[in-house]
Amino acid sequence: MSDTLTNLPPDPILERRQQIHERAAQTIGRRTLVSKMYVFALLAAFILALVPLGSVIIALVQKGVASISWPFLHTLPTQPSLISQNAIGGIGNAIEGTVIIDGFAGLIAIPIAVLVGLYLAESSSRVANFLRAITEIMTGLPSILLGVFAYEYVVVPMKSFSGLAGIVALAVLMVPVIAKASEIAFRGVPTTLKEAGLALGARNSRVTRGIIIPAAMPGVITGVLLSLARAMGETAPILLVIGASSGWTWNPMHSMSALPLLTYNYSGSQYPSQRAAAWGVALTLVIMVMVLSLGSRYVSARMRRERH
Amino acid sequence: MAERIRLSATSDRPYALLLRGAAFFFGAVIVVFVWSVVKTAWPALHQYTYHLVTGKSWISGTGPYGALALLTDTVLTTLIALAIAVPVGLSSALALLFLIPERIKSFAASLVELLAAVPSVVYGLWGLVYLAPWLSHTVQPFLAGITGGRWPFNGAQEGFSVLLAGMVLSVMIQPTIVAISRDVIAVVPTDLIEGGLSLGATRSQVFTRVVLPTAKTGIFGAIALGAGRALGETIAVAMVIGSNPQLPHSLFTTGATLASTIATEFGNATGNAGSALAALALMLMVITASVNAFARVLTKRARGAGV
Repeated sequence: MSDTLTNLPPDPILERRQQIHERAAQTIGRRTLVSKMYVFALLAAFILALVPLGSVIIALVQKGVASISWPFLHTLPTQPSLISQNAIGGIGNAIEGTVIIDGFAGLIAIPIAVLVGLYLAESSSRVANFLRAITEIMTGLPSILLGVFAYEYVVVPMKSFSGLAGIVALAVLMVPVIAKASEIAFRGVPTTLKEAGLALGARNSRVTRGIIIPAAMPGVITGVLLSLARAMGETAPILLVIGASSGWTWNPMHSMSALPLLTYNYSGSQYPSQRAAAWGVALTLVIMVMVLSLGSRYVSARMRRERH
Repeated sequence: MAERIRLSATSDRPYALLLRGAAFFFGAVIVVFVWSVVKTAWPALHQYTYHLVTGKSWISGTGPYGALALLTDTVLTTLIALAIAVPVGLSSALALLFLIPERIKSFAASLVELLAAVPSVVYGLWGLVYLAPWLSHTVQPFLAGITGGRWPFNGAQEGFSVLLAGMVLSVMIQPTIVAISRDVIAVVPTDLIEGGLSLGATRSQVFTRVVLPTAKTGIFGAIALGAGRALGETIAVAMVIGSNPQLPHSLFTTGATLASTIATEFGNATGNAGSALAALALMLMVITASVNAFARVLTKRARGAGV
């Protein structure tokens, strides 16, 4: 009896398992070493990814702070000449132009985008799915294409460059971004809340006004502020359409100045004073953009906290 | 989602009409937008036909208008950017998900997001003032030394080059690649990861043999989204590439991409030149829309499969 048991043919599976076990034990030292090196490389790559950020911030602070002063922020630019090469003046009108163009673009884009977001959130028809796909593709299109669009439909008919053309280009740029963010926010509102409203006899529009929009507000505001921040830094579309202005232009029907455009123009200037001032303009722009992006985080975090 | 409120509910027709109206208006704006580019490009398309794509020489103002060099530079700068940003970005995503201590995780993630908040003109300025001298004084002599000054590292030490443009782009697309690949890696089932670890696999083995293969589709989506951004980036490239439409014969030659050419030449373009630039815009639109649609399919599939 015991004879047959010991004379069983070797089990291939057990043998294989034994081999794997031995191999694993033999290689554990090497594998652990490789793993440690791999983990180290991943962390090193992450640090490497942050080096450019650090370099950009240091550059902005080092070179930008030097050219920023109170007069720089609220006076008009002056054209340097061979005699007075250092007279660059200020960037007051560029700040003003940036705020006006970005602000009006937001005023146009927000209502349309929020309604489009509601439509996308409440409808899953074929048309809505198609529009959703198009909206997402739009967010990835190069912004300069909107410059070409605004040139053709605003600058050409008006026969002049204008802040309005920049407003139109940035508004079209912002709509898909806000629509996408608000669609996600609206979808996040629990269906039970909506149904409770409907069960009380409220109409869809009343449910939207009274329940969906308030509940989704943090998400919508985050999307709006982020898209304002993104649009504020856009250079390519406004480069094609807003022209140039060295005075205070409050009327968007005329050429205007803007911070990103001024950064671009100064960076390629023949005057060293203007090239140096490009960093001051860039720093001002970055601070304004950061206020909007950080503001969006603050608002959404705070509104969420209040609700819970 | 059967429980979603029906938009066509007859009880509230004005509301349904308002939403549909907004959607229709936005759809119409998109149609007009696409049409404006096609319409402006039409005279050039009609006159130069396929030479617009295959022609080797692009001379602004007078023509001929052949975008082959611009297309090549656009693709080349994007490939350089991906070659840098994909390994670094994927590593960062893995580090953010699995390696960074919990305490500083959200801080580390917000640093990467900060990279995305910097306007592109600032990256252009940084590339122009900091990266260009570093490239021409340090990197280029080093790389030229490897091949003895031959291809692909030959050329004058000007700083402005397709390589510089690619490097600036790599920084700009980094946040996109990190954010999207982190999202798709995060949905790799924990069972699979723990299963790998319980079999005695080391962390690196789990990363390379379980996590990355499982999240493959979504990672390709992330790369495609990054590529789409790089292909269309305009102002930063225009500031550092040297605005010289020529076929690249080394990594250090100046060049011009589709987008950068539109930015630098549009202001002085009249008549035919303007139409030729609109044709570039049309090419750019077709390329980036296709890449983005492809990326969308991939990332959607990755998320839909729970992976």
